Amino acid sequence: MAEKKTLAQEISKGIIKENPTLVMLLGMCPTLAVTTQAMNGIGMGLATTFVLLGSNIVISALRKVIPDKVRIPAFIVIIASFVTLIGFLLEGFVPSLYDSLGIYLTLITVNCIIFGRAEMFASKNGVIASACDAVGMGLGFTMALFLMGSVREIIGAGQWMGLSIPVLHDNPMLLFIMPAGGFFTLGMIIAITNKLSRKKPPKEIVCGGCEGCPMAENCGKGGSNE
Amino acid sequence: MKTMLVILLSAMLTDNFVLSKFMGICPFLGVSKKLDSAAGMGVAVTFVMICATIVTYPIHHGILVPNGLEYLDTVVFILVIALFVQLVETAMKKTIPALYKSLGVYLPLITTNCAVLGVTVLNIDNGYSFVQSIVNALGGGLGFMLSLVIFSGVRRKMEYADIPETFKGVPATLIAASIVSVSFMGFSGLFS
Repeated sequence: MAEKKTLAQEISKGIIKENPTLVMLLGMCPTLAVTTQAMNGIGMGLATTFVLLGSNIVISALRKVIPDKVRIPAFIVIIASFVTLIGFLLEGFVPSLYDSLGIYLTLITVNCIIFGRAEMFASKNGVIASACDAVGMGLGFTMALFLMGSVREIIGAGQWMGLSIPVLHDNPMLLFIMPAGGFFTLGMIIAITNKLSRKKPPKEIVCGGCEGCPMAENCGKGGSNE
Repeated sequence: MKTMLVILLSAMLTDNFVLSKFMGICPFLGVSKKLDSAAGMGVAVTFVMICATIVTYPIHHGILVPNGLEYLDTVVFILVIALFVQLVETAMKKTIPALYKSLGVYLPLITTNCAVLGVTVLNIDNGYSFVQSIVNALGGGLGFMLSLVIFSGVRRKMEYADIPETFKGVPATLIAASIVSVSFMGFSGLFS
Protein backbone atom coordinates (compact mmCIF):
# COMPACT_ATOMS: atom_id res chain seq x y z
CA MET A 1 0.00 0.00 0.00
CA ALA A 2 2.76 2.33 0.96
CA GLU A 3 4.50 1.58 -2.31
CA LYS A 4 1.38 2.45 -4.25
CA LYS A 5 1.03 5.74 -2.51
CA THR A 6 4.51 6.84 -3.44
CA LEU A 7 3.84 6.00 -7.06
CA ALA A 8 0.71 8.12 -6.98
CA GLN A 9 2.83 10.87 -5.47
CA GLU A 10 5.33 10.55 -8.27
CA ILE A 11 2.52 11.26 -10.69
CA SER A 12 0.83 14.05 -8.80
CA LYS A 13 3.99 16.01 -7.97
CA GLY A 14 4.59 16.72 -11.64
CA ILE A 15 1.12 18.08 -12.13
CA ILE A 16 1.01 20.68 -9.39
CA LYS A 17 3.86 20.94 -6.95
CA GLU A 18 6.70 20.60 -9.40
CA ASN A 19 4.85 21.59 -12.54
CA PRO A 20 7.67 21.65 -15.09
CA THR A 21 6.54 24.77 -16.91
CA LEU A 22 5.00 26.98 -14.28
CA VAL A 23 7.11 26.14 -11.25
CA MET A 24 10.40 24.79 -12.55
CA LEU A 25 10.41 26.94 -15.69
CA LEU A 26 11.66 24.27 -18.03
CA GLY A 27 10.75 23.85 -21.67
CA MET A 28 9.86 27.45 -22.34
CA CYS A 29 10.41 27.37 -26.08
CA PRO A 30 7.55 25.03 -27.05
CA THR A 31 5.38 26.53 -24.33
CA LEU A 32 5.53 29.90 -26.01
CA ALA A 33 5.69 28.81 -29.61
CA VAL A 34 2.81 26.42 -30.15
CA THR A 35 0.20 27.77 -27.77
CA THR A 36 -1.65 30.01 -30.19
CA GLN A 37 -4.51 27.51 -29.97
CA ALA A 38 -5.67 25.31 -27.11
CA MET A 39 -5.74 22.28 -29.38
CA ASN A 40 -2.10 22.75 -30.41
CA GLY A 41 -1.19 22.99 -26.75
CA ILE A 42 -2.79 19.63 -26.02
CA GLY A 43 -1.17 18.04 -29.07
CA MET A 44 2.26 19.32 -28.17
CA GLY A 45 1.78 18.32 -24.55
CA LEU A 46 0.77 14.78 -25.42
CA ALA A 47 3.58 14.40 -27.95
CA THR A 48 6.05 15.53 -25.31
CA THR A 49 4.49 13.19 -22.76
CA PHE A 50 4.94 10.30 -25.15
CA VAL A 51 8.60 11.12 -25.73
CA LEU A 52 9.15 11.67 -22.02
CA LEU A 53 7.53 8.36 -21.11
CA GLY A 54 9.50 6.44 -23.72
CA SER A 55 12.84 8.03 -22.95
CA ASN A 56 12.37 7.79 -19.18
CA ILE A 57 11.55 4.09 -19.38
CA VAL A 58 14.45 3.27 -21.70
CA ILE A 59 16.96 5.40 -19.83
CA SER A 60 16.03 4.02 -16.44
CA ALA A 61 16.18 0.48 -17.82
CA LEU A 62 19.62 1.15 -19.25
CA ARG A 63 20.93 3.28 -16.43
CA LYS A 64 23.34 0.62 -15.22
CA VAL A 65 24.59 -0.16 -18.73
CA ILE A 66 25.35 3.36 -19.90
CA PRO A 67 28.78 4.50 -18.70
CA ASP A 68 28.65 7.76 -16.82
CA LYS A 69 31.01 9.56 -19.18
CA VAL A 70 28.96 9.09 -22.33
CA ARG A 71 25.57 9.37 -20.70
CA ILE A 72 24.69 12.72 -22.25
CA PRO A 73 25.17 11.65 -25.89
CA ALA A 74 23.44 8.36 -25.07
CA PHE A 75 20.44 10.18 -23.60
CA ILE A 76 20.28 12.50 -26.57
CA VAL A 77 20.20 9.60 -29.03
CA ILE A 78 17.44 7.84 -27.09
CA ILE A 79 15.38 11.02 -26.91
CA ALA A 80 15.92 11.86 -30.58
CA SER A 81 14.82 8.37 -31.59
CA PHE A 82 11.54 8.76 -29.73
CA VAL A 83 11.03 12.19 -31.29
CA THR A 84 11.47 10.68 -34.75
CA LEU A 85 8.97 7.98 -33.80
CA ILE A 86 6.30 10.41 -32.65
CA GLY A 87 6.95 12.45 -35.78
CA PHE A 88 6.05 9.45 -37.94
CA LEU A 89 2.99 8.62 -35.84
CA LEU A 90 1.62 12.14 -36.03
CA GLU A 91 2.36 12.46 -39.73
CA GLY A 92 0.47 9.24 -40.38
CA PHE A 93 -2.52 9.63 -38.08
CA VAL A 94 -2.97 13.34 -37.32
CA PRO A 95 -1.47 15.19 -40.30
CA SER A 96 -3.21 18.47 -39.42
CA LEU A 97 -1.52 18.56 -36.02
CA TYR A 98 1.76 17.54 -37.62
CA ASP A 99 1.55 20.56 -39.92
CA SER A 100 0.64 23.03 -37.22
CA LEU A 101 3.40 21.91 -34.86
CA GLY A 102 5.92 21.95 -37.70
CA ILE A 103 9.52 22.40 -36.67
CA TYR A 104 8.67 22.49 -32.97
CA LEU A 105 7.95 18.79 -33.12
CA THR A 106 11.59 18.17 -34.03
CA LEU A 107 12.63 20.55 -31.32
CA ILE A 108 11.10 18.32 -28.63
CA THR A 109 14.55 16.70 -28.79
CA VAL A 110 16.10 19.67 -27.06
CA ASN A 111 13.22 20.28 -24.67
CA CYS A 112 14.78 20.88 -21.28
CA ILE A 113 12.03 18.96 -19.50
CA ILE A 114 12.89 15.67 -21.16
CA PHE A 115 16.59 16.05 -20.70
CA GLY A 116 16.13 17.31 -17.17
CA ARG A 117 13.97 14.37 -16.14
CA ALA A 118 16.38 11.92 -17.76
CA GLU A 119 19.29 13.38 -15.88
CA MET A 120 17.55 14.06 -12.59
CA PHE A 121 15.15 11.17 -12.26
CA ALA A 122 15.35 8.37 -14.79
CA SER A 123 19.09 7.88 -14.43
CA LYS A 124 18.70 7.36 -10.70
CA ASN A 125 15.39 5.53 -10.27
CA GLY A 126 13.72 2.31 -11.30
CA VAL A 127 11.62 1.77 -14.39
CA ILE A 128 8.18 1.98 -12.80
CA ALA A 129 8.94 5.08 -10.76
CA SER A 130 10.44 6.74 -13.84
CA ALA A 131 7.36 5.93 -15.90
CA CYS A 132 5.12 7.47 -13.23
CA ASP A 133 7.35 10.50 -13.03
CA ALA A 134 7.15 10.89 -16.81
CA VAL A 135 3.36 10.62 -16.83
CA GLY A 136 3.06 13.23 -14.09
CA MET A 137 5.52 15.65 -15.64
CA GLY A 138 3.97 15.15 -19.06
CA LEU A 139 0.47 15.81 -17.78
CA GLY A 140 1.66 18.87 -15.91
CA PHE A 141 3.27 20.17 -19.07
CA THR A 142 0.15 19.40 -21.10
CA MET A 143 -2.06 21.19 -18.63
CA ALA A 144 0.16 24.25 -18.61
CA LEU A 145 0.18 24.33 -22.41
CA PHE A 146 -3.59 23.86 -22.52
CA LEU A 147 -4.05 26.75 -20.10
CA MET A 148 -1.72 29.00 -22.11
CA GLY A 149 -3.36 27.97 -25.36
CA SER A 150 -6.85 28.58 -23.99
CA VAL A 151 -6.05 32.05 -22.72
CA ARG A 152 -4.35 33.07 -25.92
CA GLU A 153 -7.00 31.59 -28.19
CA ILE A 154 -9.93 33.07 -26.26
CA ILE A 155 -8.49 36.56 -26.04
CA GLY A 156 -6.53 36.60 -29.26
CA ALA A 157 -8.92 34.90 -31.64
CA GLY A 158 -12.23 35.00 -29.80
CA GLN A 159 -12.79 31.29 -30.00
CA TRP A 160 -12.00 28.17 -28.00
CA MET A 161 -11.72 24.65 -29.39
CA GLY A 162 -13.99 25.63 -32.27
CA LEU A 163 -16.55 27.49 -30.17
CA SER A 164 -16.78 31.21 -30.74
CA ILE A 165 -16.90 33.48 -27.73
CA PRO A 166 -19.68 36.09 -28.12
CA VAL A 167 -18.11 39.50 -27.58
CA LEU A 168 -14.46 38.65 -28.11
CA HIS A 169 -15.12 37.00 -31.44
CA ASP A 170 -15.91 40.34 -33.04
CA ASN A 171 -13.10 42.20 -31.31
CA PRO A 172 -10.16 39.82 -30.99
CA MET A 173 -6.97 41.19 -29.50
CA LEU A 174 -4.63 39.99 -32.19
CA LEU A 175 -1.58 40.79 -30.10
CA PHE A 176 -2.25 37.75 -27.93
CA ILE A 177 -1.67 35.24 -30.68
CA MET A 178 1.46 37.07 -31.78
CA PRO A 179 4.83 36.30 -30.20
CA ALA A 180 4.61 39.24 -27.81
CA GLY A 181 1.34 37.94 -26.41
CA GLY A 182 2.97 34.61 -25.68
CA PHE A 183 5.58 36.19 -23.43
CA PHE A 184 2.94 38.32 -21.75
CA THR A 185 0.51 35.47 -21.10
CA LEU A 186 3.21 33.21 -19.68
CA GLY A 187 4.47 36.03 -17.44
CA MET A 188 0.97 36.60 -16.11
CA ILE A 189 0.28 32.90 -15.53
CA ILE A 190 3.55 32.44 -13.66
CA ALA A 191 2.81 35.51 -11.57
CA ILE A 192 -0.61 34.08 -10.66
CA THR A 193 0.96 30.72 -9.83
CA ASN A 194 3.46 32.51 -7.58
CA LYS A 195 0.67 34.37 -5.85
CA LEU A 196 -1.38 31.22 -5.27
CA SER A 197 1.49 29.07 -4.14
CA ARG A 198 2.68 31.71 -1.72
CA LYS A 199 -0.50 31.48 0.34
CA LYS A 200 0.23 27.89 1.14
CA PRO A 201 3.20 27.07 3.36
CA PRO A 202 6.02 29.08 1.82
CA LYS A 203 8.37 26.90 -0.08
CA GLU A 204 11.47 28.30 -1.59
CA ILE A 205 11.75 27.13 -5.14
CA VAL A 206 14.95 28.46 -6.55
CA CYS A 207 15.70 27.53 -10.08
CA GLY A 208 18.44 29.44 -11.81
CA GLY A 209 16.20 30.12 -14.77
CA CYS A 210 16.87 27.68 -17.50
CA GLU A 211 20.54 28.22 -17.05
CA GLY A 212 20.58 24.90 -15.26
CA CYS A 213 18.72 23.13 -18.06
CA PRO A 214 21.31 20.75 -19.43
CA MET A 215 22.60 19.76 -16.07
CA ALA A 216 19.46 20.69 -14.20
CA GLU A 217 21.15 20.13 -10.91
CA ASN A 218 19.95 23.42 -9.52
CA CYS A 219 16.40 22.52 -10.33
CA GLY A 220 16.75 19.10 -8.76
CA LYS A 221 18.05 20.52 -5.51
CA GLY A 222 15.60 23.37 -5.46
CA GLY A 223 12.53 21.45 -6.57
CA SER A 224 12.44 18.21 -4.69
CA ASN A 225 12.77 18.91 -1.02
CA GLU A 226 10.35 16.27 0.14
CA MET B 1 23.55 39.04 -53.68
CA LYS B 2 20.23 40.69 -53.03
CA THR B 3 18.61 37.45 -51.90
CA MET B 4 21.54 36.86 -49.56
CA LEU B 5 20.97 40.22 -47.96
CA VAL B 6 17.26 39.51 -47.62
CA ILE B 7 17.95 36.13 -45.98
CA LEU B 8 20.49 37.68 -43.64
CA LEU B 9 18.31 40.57 -42.55
CA SER B 10 15.11 38.60 -42.28
CA ALA B 11 16.81 35.95 -40.13
CA MET B 12 18.17 38.75 -37.97
CA LEU B 13 15.20 41.05 -37.65
CA THR B 14 11.82 39.95 -38.98
CA ASP B 15 12.18 36.28 -38.10
CA ASN B 16 14.32 36.83 -35.06
CA PHE B 17 14.87 33.44 -33.49
CA VAL B 18 14.23 34.48 -29.93
CA LEU B 19 11.52 37.07 -30.23
CA SER B 20 9.39 35.75 -33.03
CA LYS B 21 10.17 32.05 -33.29
CA PHE B 22 10.69 31.39 -29.59
CA MET B 23 13.83 29.39 -30.03
CA GLY B 24 16.55 29.66 -27.46
CA ILE B 25 14.35 31.13 -24.75
CA CYS B 26 16.31 29.32 -22.05
CA PRO B 27 19.63 31.13 -22.60
CA PHE B 28 17.68 34.27 -23.42
CA LEU B 29 16.25 34.31 -19.90
CA GLY B 30 19.22 32.71 -18.19
CA VAL B 31 22.21 34.54 -19.60
CA SER B 32 20.84 38.00 -20.32
CA LYS B 33 21.56 39.43 -16.89
CA LYS B 34 24.88 40.98 -17.82
CA LEU B 35 25.93 42.65 -21.02
CA ASP B 36 29.26 40.90 -21.48
CA SER B 37 27.96 37.41 -20.84
CA ALA B 38 25.04 38.10 -23.19
CA ALA B 39 27.45 39.16 -25.92
CA GLY B 40 29.72 36.18 -25.23
CA MET B 41 26.83 33.75 -25.43
CA GLY B 42 25.71 35.41 -28.67
CA VAL B 43 29.14 34.99 -30.24
CA ALA B 44 29.41 31.36 -29.14
CA VAL B 45 25.94 30.51 -30.45
CA THR B 46 26.59 32.24 -33.79
CA PHE B 47 29.81 30.32 -34.15
CA VAL B 48 28.26 26.95 -33.36
CA MET B 49 25.30 27.69 -35.63
CA ILE B 50 27.53 28.38 -38.60
CA CYS B 51 29.77 25.38 -37.93
CA ALA B 52 26.79 23.09 -37.40
CA THR B 53 25.29 24.29 -40.67
CA ILE B 54 28.52 23.73 -42.55
CA VAL B 55 28.66 20.17 -41.23
CA THR B 56 25.01 19.13 -41.31
CA TYR B 57 24.24 20.42 -44.80
CA PRO B 58 26.67 18.07 -46.60
CA ILE B 59 25.63 15.22 -44.31
CA HIS B 60 21.98 15.69 -45.20
CA HIS B 61 22.43 16.13 -48.93
CA GLY B 62 25.45 13.91 -49.38
CA ILE B 63 24.78 10.95 -47.13
CA LEU B 64 21.21 10.84 -45.87
CA VAL B 65 19.25 11.81 -48.99
CA PRO B 66 21.01 9.45 -51.45
CA ASN B 67 20.40 6.56 -49.07
CA GLY B 68 16.79 7.50 -48.30
CA LEU B 69 17.53 8.13 -44.66
CA GLU B 70 16.08 11.64 -44.28
CA TYR B 71 14.11 10.53 -41.25
CA LEU B 72 17.34 10.23 -39.31
CA ASP B 73 17.84 14.00 -39.58
CA THR B 74 16.98 14.74 -35.97
CA VAL B 75 19.19 12.05 -34.48
CA VAL B 76 22.16 12.86 -36.69
CA PHE B 77 21.90 16.64 -36.36
CA ILE B 78 21.68 16.66 -32.60
CA LEU B 79 24.66 14.35 -32.37
CA VAL B 80 26.65 16.56 -34.72
CA ILE B 81 25.77 19.58 -32.63
CA ALA B 82 26.68 17.86 -29.37
CA LEU B 83 29.92 16.70 -30.90
CA PHE B 84 30.67 20.13 -32.26
CA VAL B 85 30.07 21.86 -28.98
CA GLN B 86 32.51 19.44 -27.35
CA LEU B 87 35.02 20.05 -30.11
CA VAL B 88 34.74 23.82 -29.93
CA GLU B 89 35.15 23.64 -26.19
CA THR B 90 38.28 21.52 -26.39
CA ALA B 91 39.80 23.51 -29.25
CA MET B 92 39.11 26.81 -27.58
CA LYS B 93 40.62 25.61 -24.32
CA LYS B 94 43.91 24.85 -26.10
CA THR B 95 44.12 27.75 -28.55
CA ILE B 96 42.32 30.76 -27.08
CA PRO B 97 42.23 30.18 -23.32
CA ALA B 98 41.15 33.76 -22.63
CA LEU B 99 37.98 33.43 -24.69
CA TYR B 100 37.41 29.99 -23.25
CA LYS B 101 37.50 31.37 -19.76
CA SER B 102 34.90 34.00 -20.48
CA LEU B 103 32.61 31.62 -22.37
CA GLY B 104 33.41 28.41 -20.51
CA VAL B 105 30.17 28.06 -18.63
CA TYR B 106 27.94 28.78 -21.58
CA LEU B 107 29.50 26.45 -24.08
CA PRO B 108 27.91 23.17 -22.89
CA LEU B 109 24.56 24.97 -22.69
CA ILE B 110 24.56 25.47 -26.45
CA THR B 111 23.82 21.80 -27.10
CA THR B 112 20.35 22.18 -25.68
CA ASN B 113 19.75 25.54 -27.31
CA CYS B 114 16.88 24.85 -29.64
CA ALA B 115 17.91 27.72 -31.92
CA VAL B 116 20.96 25.73 -33.08
CA LEU B 117 19.01 22.60 -33.94
CA GLY B 118 16.27 24.85 -35.27
CA VAL B 119 18.52 26.64 -37.72
CA THR B 120 19.93 23.42 -39.16
CA VAL B 121 16.47 21.91 -39.60
CA LEU B 122 15.05 25.11 -41.07
CA ASN B 123 17.84 25.30 -43.63
CA ILE B 124 16.83 21.88 -44.90
CA ASP B 125 13.08 22.59 -44.71
CA ASN B 126 13.38 25.84 -46.64
CA GLY B 127 15.47 24.21 -49.34
CA TYR B 128 18.30 26.72 -49.07
CA SER B 129 21.50 26.22 -51.00
CA PHE B 130 24.76 25.71 -49.12
CA VAL B 131 25.73 29.38 -49.18
CA GLN B 132 22.22 30.52 -48.35
CA SER B 133 22.20 28.15 -45.38
CA ILE B 134 25.38 29.67 -44.02
CA VAL B 135 24.01 33.17 -44.49
CA ASN B 136 20.80 32.13 -42.73
CA ALA B 137 22.81 30.68 -39.84
CA LEU B 138 24.87 33.86 -39.61
CA GLY B 139 21.73 36.01 -39.60
CA GLY B 140 20.06 33.79 -37.02
CA GLY B 141 23.09 33.93 -34.78
CA LEU B 142 23.48 37.68 -35.08
CA GLY B 143 19.77 38.13 -34.42
CA PHE B 144 20.09 35.96 -31.33
CA MET B 145 23.00 38.06 -30.13
CA LEU B 146 21.16 41.29 -30.89
CA SER B 147 18.11 40.32 -28.86
CA LEU B 148 20.25 39.06 -25.99
CA VAL B 149 22.29 42.25 -25.87
CA ILE B 150 19.25 44.53 -26.11
CA PHE B 151 17.49 42.55 -23.44
CA SER B 152 20.43 42.65 -21.08
CA GLY B 153 20.13 46.43 -21.16
CA VAL B 154 16.43 46.21 -20.36
CA ARG B 155 17.10 43.87 -17.48
CA ARG B 156 19.71 46.12 -15.94
CA LYS B 157 17.16 48.90 -15.78
CA MET B 158 14.64 46.50 -14.32
CA GLU B 159 16.85 45.76 -11.37
CA TYR B 160 16.24 49.26 -10.09
CA ALA B 161 12.50 49.12 -10.62
CA ASP B 162 10.12 48.60 -7.75
CA ILE B 163 8.09 45.59 -8.87
CA PRO B 164 5.21 44.02 -6.90
CA GLU B 165 6.33 40.98 -4.97
CA THR B 166 4.32 38.54 -7.08
CA PHE B 167 5.86 39.71 -10.32
CA LYS B 168 9.47 39.71 -9.15
CA GLY B 169 11.85 37.56 -11.13
CA VAL B 170 10.59 35.56 -14.04
CA PRO B 171 7.12 37.10 -14.57
CA ALA B 172 8.51 40.62 -14.83
CA THR B 173 11.27 39.40 -17.14
CA LEU B 174 8.76 37.71 -19.42
CA ILE B 175 6.55 40.79 -19.58
CA ALA B 176 9.59 42.92 -20.42
CA ALA B 177 10.45 40.38 -23.13
CA SER B 178 6.96 40.79 -24.47
CA ILE B 179 7.49 44.54 -24.83
CA VAL B 180 10.85 44.02 -26.56
CA SER B 181 9.11 41.55 -28.86
CA VAL B 182 6.47 44.16 -29.73
CA SER B 183 9.24 46.52 -30.76
CA PHE B 184 10.67 43.84 -33.05
CA MET B 185 7.27 43.50 -34.66
CA GLY B 186 8.00 46.88 -36.19
CA PHE B 187 10.39 45.12 -38.55
CA SER B 188 7.71 42.88 -40.00
CA GLY B 189 6.76 43.71 -43.53
CA LEU B 190 10.22 45.07 -44.17
CA PHE B 191 10.80 42.69 -47.07
CA SER B 192 7.37 42.06 -48.50
